Amino acid sequence: MADTITVRVLRYQPEAEEKTFWQEYEVPSRNDWVILDALNYIKDHLDGSLSFRWSCHMAVCGSCGMMVDDEPTLVCKAFLRDYPESIEIKPLANLPVHRDLMSDMDGFTDKLAKVKPYVIPAEAQSSEEGCQQSPEELAVFRQYTMCINCLLCYAACPQVGLNPGYIGPAALSLAHRYNLDSRDTGRRERNEVTASDEGVWECTFVGECSEVCPKHVDPAGAIQQMKLASSLDWLLDKLVRRDKS
Amino acid sequence: MSRVQPKMPSMSYSWWVKRPNYIRYMARELTCVWIGAYAIALVIGLFRLQQGADEWQAWLAAMASTPGLVFQVLALVFALYHTISWFHLAPSTMPVWRGDQQVPPIIIEVVHYLVWIGISIVVFWLAGG
Repeated sequence: MADTITVRVLRYQPEAEEKTFWQEYEVPSRNDWVILDALNYIKDHLDGSLSFRWSCHMAVCGSCGMMVDDEPTLVCKAFLRDYPESIEIKPLANLPVHRDLMSDMDGFTDKLAKVKPYVIPAEAQSSEEGCQQSPEELAVFRQYTMCINCLLCYAACPQVGLNPGYIGPAALSLAHRYNLDSRDTGRRERNEVTASDEGVWECTFVGECSEVCPKHVDPAGAIQQMKLASSLDWLLDKLVRRDKS
Repeated sequence: MSRVQPKMPSMSYSWWVKRPNYIRYMARELTCVWIGAYAIALVIGLFRLQQGADEWQAWLAAMASTPGLVFQVLALVFALYHTISWFHLAPSTMPVWRGDQQVPPIIIEVVHYLVWIGISIVVFWLAGG
């Protein structure tokens, strides 16, 4: 393992110039350092103007998603020792960029709000009674609760890049998580968005969203399951008049 | 929130060659063109059958010619690739739960193959094979 590693960063400084440019830094390469440590070294010792997001340093907050050698990567989870003498870091693909490695999350948060990512109960529950749920009922949707909104799946999804209006993998899999929740009755409400032109039917099952997910959520599977449910809803609506509320 | 507009992303026309999984995806999608072409060839065969014995024999001869056989072999190969790639994706599309345990994905995939073989045997039997 070399003593140093060359970190090439795609910079975007909108106040200075409209175009992006590459900048190289020589950083100590330590066995126990992740890429985020290298970026913090640059920020603290070499170039304080470099902008990027991070918070927990342990793959929980989902803030530090970036493209490393064109791979969507959580940089707090990727060790420098697993890379050769140099790495290239860019902001997440398919998302607008505010500056340097900071992507614009507003579009995603708007989409997330649209799918109502919360339990919509049948009726108000008393605080004493609560909403009871069996381990079997929890197991069905538990994997989808692991999403940390890091947006690596958006960077890996070509449909997000081709159609910016597409709700996208993370928001749709979270909608699926609540649809599967035994305490929830909001599937029909969410269908207005998830089964729309910007919803699950934009997905062509490339499957790369599930491949890059650092928390092993399977958004691609969730979206296909929603397509099946949406098709059955449509068929049942055609065959039998149903209360859509 | 910055005061300047964020830089908007763009995608090149060659996006699909940048990752192996994208190439596999495009291959899977393009195989349906051959499956569609084979379906059209079968529909043409039905029309020729309706037109008379000579026309039907001409269609059979065309399908048994070298170009016809090459076309059918390619259609078979692409249909197999299409089918296998979709069967591989089936477990995440149709997960099955037993209590709080998910049935292993390989079982879902194997069941798909068994159903495929079963239906093929029935079709072969109905065709007088």
